[in-house]
Amino acid sequence: MEILIYGTVNSMALALMALGFALVYGISRVPNFAHGAIYVVSGFLTWTFLRVVGLNYFLSAVLAILVTGLIGALLYQFVLIRVRGMAISEIIASYAIGLAILEGLRWGGFRGMTYSLPVFVEDMVIIAGVPIDFHRLLLIAIGVAVIAVLWAFTHFTRLGLALRGMAQDERAALMLGIDSDRMALIATALGSMLAGLAAIVLLPLGNIVVEAGYNVLIMAIAVCIVGGLGSWMGAVLAAFLIGFAQILTVVYLGSHYQIVVALLAIIFTLILRPSGLFGRQKELEERV
Amino acid sequence: MTIGELRKERVDRGIKVRTEGIYALMSWRELAYLALPRLVLIAGLLALPFLVPGMYWQKVISIVSIYALLAISFDFLAHYVGLVSLGGAFFIGTGGYVAAIANKTLGLPIFLTIPIATIAGAAICTLLLLPCLPLRGVYFAIVTLMYPLVLARIIEALDILGGTDGIMGVASFPGHWTEQYVVIIMVLVFLFGLRRLVNLDIGLVLRGVKDNDQAVRASGMNITRYKALAVFIASSMGCLAGACLVHIYMWAGISLFALDFSILPIAATVIGGGGTLAGPVLGCLILVPASELLRAFGTLRIAFYSLILVGFIVYKSEGIMVFGQRKYHQFERWVKI
Repeated sequence: MEILIYGTVNSMALALMALGFALVYGISRVPNFAHGAIYVVSGFLTWTFLRVVGLNYFLSAVLAILVTGLIGALLYQFVLIRVRGMAISEIIASYAIGLAILEGLRWGGFRGMTYSLPVFVEDMVIIAGVPIDFHRLLLIAIGVAVIAVLWAFTHFTRLGLALRGMAQDERAALMLGIDSDRMALIATALGSMLAGLAAIVLLPLGNIVVEAGYNVLIMAIAVCIVGGLGSWMGAVLAAFLIGFAQILTVVYLGSHYQIVVALLAIIFTLILRPSGLFGRQKELEERV
Repeated sequence: MTIGELRKERVDRGIKVRTEGIYALMSWRELAYLALPRLVLIAGLLALPFLVPGMYWQKVISIVSIYALLAISFDFLAHYVGLVSLGGAFFIGTGGYVAAIANKTLGLPIFLTIPIATIAGAAICTLLLLPCLPLRGVYFAIVTLMYPLVLARIIEALDILGGTDGIMGVASFPGHWTEQYVVIIMVLVFLFGLRRLVNLDIGLVLRGVKDNDQAVRASGMNITRYKALAVFIASSMGCLAGACLVHIYMWAGISLFALDFSILPIAATVIGGGGTLAGPVLGCLILVPASELLRAFGTLRIAFYSLILVGFIVYKSEGIMVFGQRKYHQFERWVKI
């Protein structure tokens, strides 16, 4: 029962981390290696708004998410747009920006145990004999809500349909009058906002540290590869697979092996089914 | 006449065209045109230890050469085979640990540990990367990014190979002149060796793998085998660099898997000019001393060269070497449209 509950929590956390990355890659085909950095930035922004500026928690969280969205948009508009379509340059440019942000933050003194966000609700309940705090339950609820909202957004709004159209076939979308650069800009902003939201939901469970940026990036990528790059539902499913696998390794082997699980998951997926569980990139399967 | 009615035209210099054929051997001028850039590079690198002031900067020269080896291997993999490896630290770490174990546990002398680390380390790297070789582009980059991190975690978790303390007391080079000249000569050997290699038949196949692997496969060649060969060559350079580094620092530890070894060679390649093989060496000669000067800023150094990297890749993606080659081989003029 413990494994079931904490596995669900962990899986939801992974899904939240990965959705932003999956969204950006699915729509603009740019792997946003700055994802982890944006996640950490959002955490520090919330902390700054909350502790330094003195806004209330909800307001500072919303502001932080908006600012991270803006960062994502700027990142696309001034850097990624120029290298889009060149695989090597995309990777190097976005990775370098992520590194610059993270190492800049580390240099700026944001390190150690001093930075943490409060949990949303200080309380805990006991479900089937397992104590679980309210924040983790809220995490599951927010995760489900985000997935539902994303689904509704991409299926029922004009903008969401345009984004989905571009994800399916960029050229056809262009012919139908969808501005692909604007859509990619929106997608990057949305993906960054999702990273920001994930940070605000997940960071109260621990401290805000720069290293989290690398871990989040790696986990997001692992989830996306296992689920199939560009497939959102695949990412959610893969988050559950890896999430439960991780909790099982923590229970039976030790917490140091968590990241090894992620790597093994990637390698096995790539060998057995290169396009991932739900990957739509058939051409990749042919190429591999 | 306004700019709109003119366009810039680039024309090869006559001497370049002449030196491409047998005529190169017919006059000293043509011979010099061909040999000069190479001689400047070789003589410059060999003279470098005499030119810099003091022991400290001589140490920096050794570090430059180590990064140069890594950068050449990155350039070779990325621009001639199409495998973008974000895990230079993986090669460094493997080579370094193999050298340290050979030296400390087996008690082998330094002139044996370095070749052993080069060959055995490269074999280990190739073996570990073998499952990922069918991947291309983003996928390969991601997996190689994870390898050094994962290996560092495993060493930390299992407390093997000295755990977080690392392996101390590895033998040093017999003298600091040997130390510098071993790495500098290795850079030159690998640089010119690879330049030769990519122009051989096998280089052609490798470039074919990069541009259109299906066509290579359709010609009845096993692309995974060629990729494995390329990874072996590249990782042997990385492992050699790692082994030398361990012997210079007399210590092998988890910091061999640090991010610096992955990001700096990439930055050097982009700045120096990708696909030229000599460009990365140039990039290292600029970046490593710059990063030494910025040592006081700590991790801000990484942020600093990441930003340079972004600037170059977005606004000047050809790099210094390609730019220089163009100026050397071609002249430009404005012509009427």
